[in-house]
Amino acid sequence: MSEDHDGHQHPEIADDPSQSYYARRARAIEALLLEKGVCQPGEVQDTVDQVEVRSPTDGARVVARAWVDPDFKARLLGDSKAALEELGYTLPDTTPQLSVVENTENVHHLVVCTLCSCYPRALLGRPPDWYKSLAYRSRAVVEPRSVMREFGLDVNDSVEVRVLDSTADLRYLVLPQRPPGTGGMSEDELAKLITRDSMIGVTNPKAPAGAARPA
Amino acid sequence: MADAIKYKNGDVVLVRVDSPVHHYRTPTYVQGKRGQVKVCHGAFPNPESLAHGGSGLPLKPLYQVEFDQTEIWASYKGPPTDKILVDIYEHWLNPAA
Repeated sequence: MSEDHDGHQHPEIADDPSQSYYARRARAIEALLLEKGVCQPGEVQDTVDQVEVRSPTDGARVVARAWVDPDFKARLLGDSKAALEELGYTLPDTTPQLSVVENTENVHHLVVCTLCSCYPRALLGRPPDWYKSLAYRSRAVVEPRSVMREFGLDVNDSVEVRVLDSTADLRYLVLPQRPPGTGGMSEDELAKLITRDSMIGVTNPKAPAGAARPA
Repeated sequence: MADAIKYKNGDVVLVRVDSPVHHYRTPTYVQGKRGQVKVCHGAFPNPESLAHGGSGLPLKPLYQVEFDQTEIWASYKGPPTDKILVDIYEHWLNPAA
């Protein structure tokens, strides 16, 4: 137990013996990496913090800017790293690189990692659990249209569905289509329509309040 | 140190069929399939070497390869225009005859 203060004690901060097998394994690997000098103390936590500080709100901000600023959109699609720096997001120089793909009236992109759980963490933070599930990882490539229907999105047969499998050193972010009826909205209002799932491609952004649902 | 870039955009390639011991990043569902090179992303460390403490050198050119869904899955139910795009290192590709 820790020392007394204010007349009571707090339990010592120690490993919880009941923690999961994977948590214990991760700690053991981290200890080995430090011991062998592969990384420095604090480096693992810094990397965790870099991911934890990001969330789909960051991605939504980027997409909203691309919707209102065609020049920014062109830069984002061409060189995402430089474009993101304009908004204050500094991606690491190391791989993986981020590639932004645009949905249009003719093309719809959907992102998956069939081999593991590759995801644009540098911008969106941690992936949702379903993204890492065997069901999503296998079905997204075999029957992407059925998967999207289960998320509530029915993509017309006239639209080409392009599934991106993040197998290597690139991570993909979908730039969804701007919903109709949003012409007068501000960038901040637009950002609230842009969901995590719409940047993975399993859904489209939310419709603005009061808009008629598409037939 | 990197291997020279062998394929250009539009080249038709066949994915090598192989199952090396340990780690590789070419999904089995595209192995043996015919696709088209869309773009070369540049050269990257070879993951098959990195996974075992190797240097990853020589760097391997990495391509985005586009496949017709109907090429990958004989029973694909969507329109024939649907595609799958997979990033594949050069040593997994051969020119299609």
